[in-house]
Amino acid sequence: MEAAFVIEKFILITVIFTVSLLVAMYSTYAERKVASFLQDRVGPNRAGPFGILQPLADGIKMFTKEEIIPTHANKFLFIAGPSLAILTACIGTAVIPWGSNIEIAGRTIPLQVADVNVGVLYIFGVVSLGVYGIMIGGWASNNKYSLMGAIRAASQNISYEIAMGLSIIALLMSTGSLSLKVIAEQQSGFWAHGWFTWNAFQQPLGFLIFLICAFAETNRSPFDLPECETELVGGYHTEYSSMKLGFYLFAEYINMFVSSAVMATLYFGAYNFPFMHHLGLSANMISILGVVFMMLKIFFFIFFFMWVRWTIPRFRYDQLMNLGWKVLIPLSIANIVLTGIWITVKDIYFK
Amino acid sequence: MESLSNRKKVIEQKPLTLMERLYLPAIVKGMAITFMHMFKKKPTVFYPEQQREFSENWRGMHSLKRDEEGRERCTACGLCALSCPAEAITMIAGERQKGEENLYREEKYAAVYEINMLRCIFCGLCEEACPKEAIYLDGPIVPSDYLRKDFIYGKEKLVEEPFKK
Repeated sequence: MEAAFVIEKFILITVIFTVSLLVAMYSTYAERKVASFLQDRVGPNRAGPFGILQPLADGIKMFTKEEIIPTHANKFLFIAGPSLAILTACIGTAVIPWGSNIEIAGRTIPLQVADVNVGVLYIFGVVSLGVYGIMIGGWASNNKYSLMGAIRAASQNISYEIAMGLSIIALLMSTGSLSLKVIAEQQSGFWAHGWFTWNAFQQPLGFLIFLICAFAETNRSPFDLPECETELVGGYHTEYSSMKLGFYLFAEYINMFVSSAVMATLYFGAYNFPFMHHLGLSANMISILGVVFMMLKIFFFIFFFMWVRWTIPRFRYDQLMNLGWKVLIPLSIANIVLTGIWITVKDIYFK
Repeated sequence: MESLSNRKKVIEQKPLTLMERLYLPAIVKGMAITFMHMFKKKPTVFYPEQQREFSENWRGMHSLKRDEEGRERCTACGLCALSCPAEAITMIAGERQKGEENLYREEKYAAVYEINMLRCIFCGLCEEACPKEAIYLDGPIVPSDYLRKDFIYGKEKLVEEPFKK
């Protein structure tokens, strides 16, 4: 392993980590602003111009709050819960291709921390680990509301992971690779062979299922039952205060960022943008523009998450389970069958 | 049984059609509605910088009035305190001395006049009871404070500024 490689990866990791934390930080601000705009309000506007220092003020507030650990809570697990939640949220960004390669002084630098050839599975593993943070925190609190929230989170994640995985399988059948980089490269450009290259147009049903499951996996409204205030006080973080509560809330926003990035990569052409090969730009320029477009797509999805949150009311628990098991799983299996038929038909008649 | 009033309505509960059971069209419609709200005019009033105009009959903080020559009108008759349903007003009367004719209009005046703003319900009965037109609730909103004792307003806060000529 040469020094340049280590330095290059180190810089990349630092930048990605900082950016994802920054995006998560400003997502809290964006959430409040979007919420207020959708409700004909103005939103936070006192801390700095247009309130842009609001996340900073919130952070200071969180840090200076009193930290309470309940007497009968399991101390180690109580602290491990939020740490695990934020850790699993952060490591998801490792396999996402943020852009294609950049060439500096004859050296090709891929804008991706690790091109794992099972990147999709890695993401799945990390996402399913995410529920452990909630589960452990909820159990360690020794509070029935926390436990209820944690149980809901666990069962919800397990139910929706199946549909999510099945919708991904249909996608993998058409892409033929588990590497996120390869999937991103396949969606290069916008239009090829008389059809859109982006997977969302090739797998519309799969995308819809994935989108719904992503909402459930990140515990966002309308599937935010684990922290359902009206029934469970605060859900799994009822007993948490200070920055440990902050970590839980922060982890949710990082999860949102990561799942937006995954959705953009898998279904919305990753860092590819329309006419990228027709503008006569240099390869480096295309890469840089690609990163910008990737971020725009991610921001759109984050906005979409918020937009949905302030539009659709929360599901009832039995409705949630009905939707997961009786609608989404059969639909995604049907999607696999349809994809299989389509691939066969294409192979035989449209060669 | 036939309805006599002819106002009875039988509500029909049809099963949802396939489009309705899909929910997605309804969700898209709802999201379009919320999106349109982003561009609506916001009715927010930015309070400390912008203040909404009070209505004609607004009742705010009390002020003790002076007459045309700048003398206090209040004669400490106590009718305001008597009419006050919240027992917010107290006063101690004083007798006007020689040479104070330019300060007080009548021979008797309020040496101490206190209104407890936490008790006051801003009903305006003191205003109606006053025979000397000495008290009016024409001020702004009573500002917030930290201590209860700071809400007891004395004459220094209530008596309006003397006219400047």
